[in-house]
Amino acid sequence: MQHYTMNLTLKVWRQKNASTAGHFETYPVAEISSEMSFLEMIDVLNEKLIKEGKEPIAFDHDCREGICGMCSMYINGRPHGPWQQNTTCQLHMRAYKDGDTIVVEPWRANSFPVVKDLMVDRSAFDRIIQAGGYISVNTGNAVDANAIPVEKEKADSAFAAAACIGCGACVAACKNSSAMLFVSAKVSHLALLPQGHPEKKKRALSMVAQMDKEGFGACTNTGACEAVCPKGISIENIARLNREYMMAGLSESE
Amino acid sequence: MKWSALFNSSVGRKWTMGLTGIFLILFLIVHVGLNACIWAMDGGVMFNKAAHFMGANVVPRLLEIGLFAGFILHIFQGWSLELSNRAARKKGYAVSLGNKGSKWYSRSMGILGTLLFLFLVMHLAHFWVPSRITGLEPVLIDGKEYHNLYGEMLNVFQGNLPVVVLYSIGCLSLAWHLMHGFQSAFRTLGVSNPRYLKIIENAGMFFSIVVSLAFALMPISMYAGWVK
Amino acid sequence: MIDSKIPAGPLEHKWTDYKGHCKLVNPANKRKLEVIVVGTGLAGASAAASLGELGYQVKAFCFQDSPRRAHSIAAQGGINAAKNYQNDGDSVFRLFYDTIKGGDYRAREANVHRLAEVSVNIIDQCVAQGVPFAREYGGLLNNRSFGGTQVKRTFYAAGQTGQQLLIGAYQALERQVALGKVKMYTRHEMLDVVVIDGKARGIICRNLVTGQLERHFAHAVLLCTGGYGNVFYLSTNAMGSNVTAAWKAHKKGAYFGNPCFTQIHPTCIPVSGDHQSKLTLMSESLRNDGRIWVPALKGDKRAPNDIPEEERDYFLERRYPAFGNLVPRDVASRAAKERCDAGYGVGTTGQAVYLDFKFNLINKYGKAEANKLGIANPDTNTLIKLGNEVVKEEYGNLFDMYEKITGENPYEVPMRIYPAVHYTMGGLWVDYELMTSVKGLYALGEANFSDHGANRLGASALMQGLADGYFVVPYTIGNYLADEIATKPISTSHPAFEEAEQKAAARINQLLSIQGKQTVESFHKRLGRIMWDKCGMARDEKGLKEAISAIRQLKAEFWSDVRIPGGSDQMNPELDKAGRVADFIELGELMCQDALDRKESCGGHFREESQTEEGEAKRDDVDYAYVAAWEYQGDSQWQLHKEALQFEVAKPSQRSYK
Repeated sequence: MQHYTMNLTLKVWRQKNASTAGHFETYPVAEISSEMSFLEMIDVLNEKLIKEGKEPIAFDHDCREGICGMCSMYINGRPHGPWQQNTTCQLHMRAYKDGDTIVVEPWRANSFPVVKDLMVDRSAFDRIIQAGGYISVNTGNAVDANAIPVEKEKADSAFAAAACIGCGACVAACKNSSAMLFVSAKVSHLALLPQGHPEKKKRALSMVAQMDKEGFGACTNTGACEAVCPKGISIENIARLNREYMMAGLSESE
Repeated sequence: MKWSALFNSSVGRKWTMGLTGIFLILFLIVHVGLNACIWAMDGGVMFNKAAHFMGANVVPRLLEIGLFAGFILHIFQGWSLELSNRAARKKGYAVSLGNKGSKWYSRSMGILGTLLFLFLVMHLAHFWVPSRITGLEPVLIDGKEYHNLYGEMLNVFQGNLPVVVLYSIGCLSLAWHLMHGFQSAFRTLGVSNPRYLKIIENAGMFFSIVVSLAFALMPISMYAGWVK
Repeated sequence: MIDSKIPAGPLEHKWTDYKGHCKLVNPANKRKLEVIVVGTGLAGASAAASLGELGYQVKAFCFQDSPRRAHSIAAQGGINAAKNYQNDGDSVFRLFYDTIKGGDYRAREANVHRLAEVSVNIIDQCVAQGVPFAREYGGLLNNRSFGGTQVKRTFYAAGQTGQQLLIGAYQALERQVALGKVKMYTRHEMLDVVVIDGKARGIICRNLVTGQLERHFAHAVLLCTGGYGNVFYLSTNAMGSNVTAAWKAHKKGAYFGNPCFTQIHPTCIPVSGDHQSKLTLMSESLRNDGRIWVPALKGDKRAPNDIPEEERDYFLERRYPAFGNLVPRDVASRAAKERCDAGYGVGTTGQAVYLDFKFNLINKYGKAEANKLGIANPDTNTLIKLGNEVVKEEYGNLFDMYEKITGENPYEVPMRIYPAVHYTMGGLWVDYELMTSVKGLYALGEANFSDHGANRLGASALMQGLADGYFVVPYTIGNYLADEIATKPISTSHPAFEEAEQKAAARINQLLSIQGKQTVESFHKRLGRIMWDKCGMARDEKGLKEAISAIRQLKAEFWSDVRIPGGSDQMNPELDKAGRVADFIELGELMCQDALDRKESCGGHFREESQTEEGEAKRDDVDYAYVAAWEYQGDSQWQLHKEALQFEVAKPSQRSYK
């Protein structure tokens, strides 16, 4: 792997807090190594800003290994930047070359209000989970783990859906700001497992109701969510949710 | 759960779109089949007979009411969804995702649908209004009197380039609308098996192109004088 | 004297007896009792959910934007449980014994046995919650093996086991939030414990969005705030992982247990340069299938695939034939360091060894697949292709991650790995009930000094976090709260709350008023350097003493020259970080102090002065078979309390993996 250094121009969204209007600021960054991660490049810029007596750019990040789902930058028109199945924190600077201009924006959706700069409030996702994204089993209630065999293919599909990291890139990419990929991944994960069956109707109905209440748009199957999902969650899950939801709704007795 | 809650939810509204969409697709099959009779090269005999059957028989007339209902539901639900979906993001991006994540026509169903709506108004004014309300010239076939719908088509299209162009644009919009809409309807109704989705996607592409092309060729055939 | 409150009776009956005799709180009274849980990782989320289910009024806090982000989520390889589904000789006793031995005889027998007992319940609970563990075609659960054991007892979900377990606990937690039993506070950081009449009665925390300080009362406080590996600056911990909550508790009277016990994980992606902000682990499970080697020739610069078999040194297999590549983490790390220090390291920095999958790709998986498919005499390329498919299913996400970070394809080129700080066995000292030396203040999961002794075995952290939260604290907290049912909620205008909040505010103002020249990050880096060099994989008296004075100097410099932009009444991540780094600096000194005191080598703690002739760690059971519990007595002053460890069942022997 050839390593190199580069100079870049960054256009970053700056916004003091939720109640003030924001704007773009342009920053030159110099001597960036191709081995750095994108967030390390922002770290370099922030260190510089602090030394200049300015406030650093606020952004969400934590694990920096692509699993916690906290990082959330919309980079040059794509959530999490140009690489496929990737999070912002795992994007490395070898994706760029000397002289590039990079525009960094926060996730945009009414349901994800900006907290500060590039940070947004994704608590809507937590509230959707609260609406039914679980199996109601109190600690100690469980039977032996091998008491209920689970078809391997179903277990694998459930895992693939459960791999969702709740980052919200799907919402950010969707022209409708729809959260259907997120919701459907959870509904699918639990509906595919026998343990999740008893509650599957209520789950689908309540989670969609909460999703609507939060102000996310409806799904129009454009597939943008799937294209940017860092974990490659398939939109098949959305179709499954559509089915689960209507079957649940139509089979209600009241 | 109340019916209203079910069908006012985002998924319920999409179901309405999907169901009406598939119903309209079925209508297109009937429509394109009947209209293909203009290529029977018999001066419109077969076509006029077919049109008469559709107009005189009670079953198609009842279905026609359903068809109107389907159109209205599809159109108004579509607009309402488009508006609420757009409203879910008040502040947009400086750089858009564009074609990096989806096809342009998938993102343009609202616009394509609106174009189709305008086309529909024109199309109804050209043919449905005269045939059902203001009346058409009669024509004698085998001693029996029929509405000369075929003649009306010739009137509308022969020598009338602007109308032929508008019809062609309408058919193009239809093709793109269907390319997304056909498979999307099935996904919305819950087909999640990748094996069947693949078939549906291919069938949808084929259907969108063939049906729209067939429709487009009708005014063109008349304008070009391939059928008389 | 410190009392660990270990129940009497034979080891295997202690926990059962305890449960049978501990005090209970009736459901009507549970509703009147409030509990605070700080941290929402495996320990915190499982505890908050379980206590909510029992009927307590719970408040849970995390500094992230959602409880689902806690760093437990990054655990990769798996979770141990003594299920013996593989019929390969596993048992509760075997898991207990492996853990005690793996921890180099520096853990409490009673705690570890309880851990092994409840391990089986954890798997049941998680499966019932919908955790999609890997399964066989028959629909039953699959297992893999991990370091330091000779059975297959590790349950896993690809390389994302921690994520799946945490999502399970998070869902259980959110269910309790929906039911109104748990109130969740996200983007909140605990800044102090409030102690009234010797009992923990609440916390002071900062709302990280508004900057406001808040007071919260509870009858008991649970700290589930993880480990302190970030004291080294570079570690596999998340950027936000910190010691602040535990450190504040320590300053309020909670003893800190075995602070110098740090786990350096052998298989991490090596440092690439000064810009590095964190390190990434490559799961230990990879050592199941990867063989670790360096060139047999010093300074061999050839590409790894060009080095023929006979010129490779598979140093773990050579030194430890019985366990080979699956020796415990401390042993593997030191062996890699030894080779690199001797000049055999690879990569641009020479600080790396190879982890090579080719052999098992071909011989283990490739051949097995070829057999299944009935391919006779397959060529190497076919075997590699078939093997790749299996490996992809087992570790696909890890291989992808490696490629994203390094730009190299590990299916073709061996991974380059090097040890990195990963886990801290030390933590707040707790008794058998997980209560710290402050009444009503508990520590769970990695935050306590734990059941792992001087070295944790792979796939045991998830087990311990969930054991503490699901199956231990719900019982032991009742034993304490049963005597608190008459305690009415204390108003947060109580002088103790007042004073704690004022102290927290004063410290924030002090930090902001320094307005020096150096950034928080630069101090953190310097602290990390000192810790890694002097209190890392190998320690000696001279180095540790140097470290202590260097840290004291750094501390003085920090408090006179740090620069923090912005104010206190706003979101200010630099301010949050400054508070955490200030606490890390103080902790760093205590770690060195503890390392200095423990003149033996054991587990992750390797004192140069105490090694065998072959360079293996030499334990000293006569003088050091104790838990070092440090009591804070003021700036840079600690009093050492020793909790003697008794081994009645697992008799200490020199650990051998040869």
